[in-house]
Amino acid sequence: MGEPATKELLSLDQLEAAGQLRTGRKHILSILVENKPGVLSRIAGLFARRGFNIDTLAVGPTDDERISRITLTLDGAKHPIDQVTKQLHKLVNVIKIRDLEPEETLSRELALFKVSADGASRSEVMQICEIFRAKIVDVSKRSVVVEVTGDCDKVDAFERLVRPFGLVEMARTGEIAIARGRSET
Amino acid sequence: MECLKAEGAEVVFGLPGGANLPTYDAFYDAGIRHILVRHEAGGGHAAEGYAKATGKTGVAVATSGPGATNLVTPICDAMMDSVPVVFITGQVRTELLGTDGFQEADTIGITMPIVKHSFLIQHPLEIPRSIHEAFHIARTGRPGPVVVDIPQDLSRADITYEPVTDLRLPGYQPTTEGNQKQIRLAAKALANARRPVIYAGGGVISADAGPELVELATSDRFPVTCTVMGLGGFPAPHEQWLGMLGMHGTRSANYAIDEADLICAIGARFDDRVTGKLTEFAPRAKFIHIDVDPAEISKNVPAHIPIVGDARNVLPRLTAAYRALAPDPARLDEWWSRIHAWQQRHPLRYEDSSDAEIKPQYMIEALYEATGGDAIVSSDVGQHQMWAAQYFHFSRPRQWINSGGLGTMGFGLPAAMGAKVGCPDKTVVCIAGDGSIQMNAQELATCVQEGIAVKVFVMNNGYLGMVRQWQELFWDGRYSHVETGPWPDFVKLAEAHGATGMRCADKRTLVPDIKEALATEGPVLVDVRVTREENTFPMIPAGKPARDMVG
Repeated sequence: MGEPATKELLSLDQLEAAGQLRTGRKHILSILVENKPGVLSRIAGLFARRGFNIDTLAVGPTDDERISRITLTLDGAKHPIDQVTKQLHKLVNVIKIRDLEPEETLSRELALFKVSADGASRSEVMQICEIFRAKIVDVSKRSVVVEVTGDCDKVDAFERLVRPFGLVEMARTGEIAIARGRSET
Repeated sequence: MECLKAEGAEVVFGLPGGANLPTYDAFYDAGIRHILVRHEAGGGHAAEGYAKATGKTGVAVATSGPGATNLVTPICDAMMDSVPVVFITGQVRTELLGTDGFQEADTIGITMPIVKHSFLIQHPLEIPRSIHEAFHIARTGRPGPVVVDIPQDLSRADITYEPVTDLRLPGYQPTTEGNQKQIRLAAKALANARRPVIYAGGGVISADAGPELVELATSDRFPVTCTVMGLGGFPAPHEQWLGMLGMHGTRSANYAIDEADLICAIGARFDDRVTGKLTEFAPRAKFIHIDVDPAEISKNVPAHIPIVGDARNVLPRLTAAYRALAPDPARLDEWWSRIHAWQQRHPLRYEDSSDAEIKPQYMIEALYEATGGDAIVSSDVGQHQMWAAQYFHFSRPRQWINSGGLGTMGFGLPAAMGAKVGCPDKTVVCIAGDGSIQMNAQELATCVQEGIAVKVFVMNNGYLGMVRQWQELFWDGRYSHVETGPWPDFVKLAEAHGATGMRCADKRTLVPDIKEALATEGPVLVDVRVTREENTFPMIPAGKPARDMVG
């Protein structure tokens, strides 16, 4: 392809277009926003009107009290991630967006599961908890409440294993994530 | 008031109410021109027309609740057409917020999806910074509407004005300078293209890059087409002009795009009115996309050479890079023969009447002749808008004022009003349909009171013409609720407002009648009776490719 600095002409056949890629995988976006009222609403509104579906969303403070971090995940198979980030950048309150690469990212989620467990099944449930290093935080006659932390896959796996016992209720926070090593968002 | 003056605002269009009484008390002797409108939407569209005609940032003011909700249409319109306007709305007192107070509405919430940004004032000391930042956001990067919502009690607080010159917008850094490598790549691509087309849109107008576009186009014999928002960006009388493209564009322009091998898009966004069926749009072409908004690049059409930047910055550098390559202009000869053949075989045409009947296309031609092609033309929305775009040959930017993206009926008259206020020494005409003009006719009173001498020409066919056309072509002629009838008597309507009313139904006297209207002092409304059922052609039906053009 003709290098920009040379006088060699560019053949049109060699031009390739970027953009509109459906990567087909989950994306974790870590977004730094100004800590002002209405910012979350603007982001949610943007996603709604552009038809982007948010799978999970977590919001919290950073070490700078003027800035909050929003971590959201969405399905790259359904939405052009390029457009998502560009549209987000148009919002005046959005300062920085990082599309975290799965290999360089540490992500964690917290989940609480209320599992049916009486007499016999309780010890089985407790074994699963031990294997997953989950904590039992509440016990009653017919159920236990388990607290699990880990990455998305671990929490999904735990859910699959306890379902057969009877999953009364569950609540998940949605992932938060941070890049590994020295790089800072 | 001080903030507005500091931003260089010279005129404001507004309507007072309870929630902005303190603001209005300040307007009384502030020394800024305030124009009282008769409907907030009229004020909003006037601010838009002012901004489009002058390039300055428009300002519209309304009270809380219904005043603010009446601004929703102009705000959405400004968003869709990227017009720099600051909308200042009153809001109920802070202690009433969220309590369903009298004339309370969640203005910020309602307008969130349709603004570039908005500010809800929560402390009087925020006012100077918010207004300063509002103007900055409205007029930089891709221009757009910004809402500043001020609760009544905060607007009457006593603070000492301290000018704000810095900006605290860490998340807002528009890129105006195009990347030099990309520009060189684009120049090389253009130098090698055999069938290039330049496709320019509203962004060229917003950037005031008309002359730069001409420079680029004439650095070789590039064919140029514009969108409805870009008309005037390239002079229509120029031999390289293809005509407007898109749904009601010329056949030559649409065929050229269809067969192009390289399309250089400048300040345009590949809207569906232009592309028709996206999967069959310009199938042989590669795309250079120059735009100040990175989100538009590759949104609808994948860009092979994206360049983010302001047209006025990028175009001269692209022209220089192109000239440095010194390509052979003869390589475009074959392309031009093809284009000329289309232009000869398929000019824009209509069947003129042989008697007194006024054809709508003829009306536009008559207007062009009577004004010498020199007036600022504001249009409302519908068939008349398309005919005006097709038959009035715009030769400079900011001459054509219309609502393209949102297509808001009722835009024409107030926008003409705003344009005239901004350009008092120019002739400003408004072309409206009989349906559209009724939506904001009350602004005639504003024009009369303020001495804003716009000349309104109503293309009266007693129908909501564009809808009727679609019903004729695609819905078996089932004219469902499109007949507007002989009401109102437009001459009486004009006179009731204090303007001059005229009527014309004879083609043979049309040009002199128009000239008389233009020469008459003050606002004039002319009821021009045109053919009842005439269709706007050519037309690419919605969702179809250019090849399926009819007419």
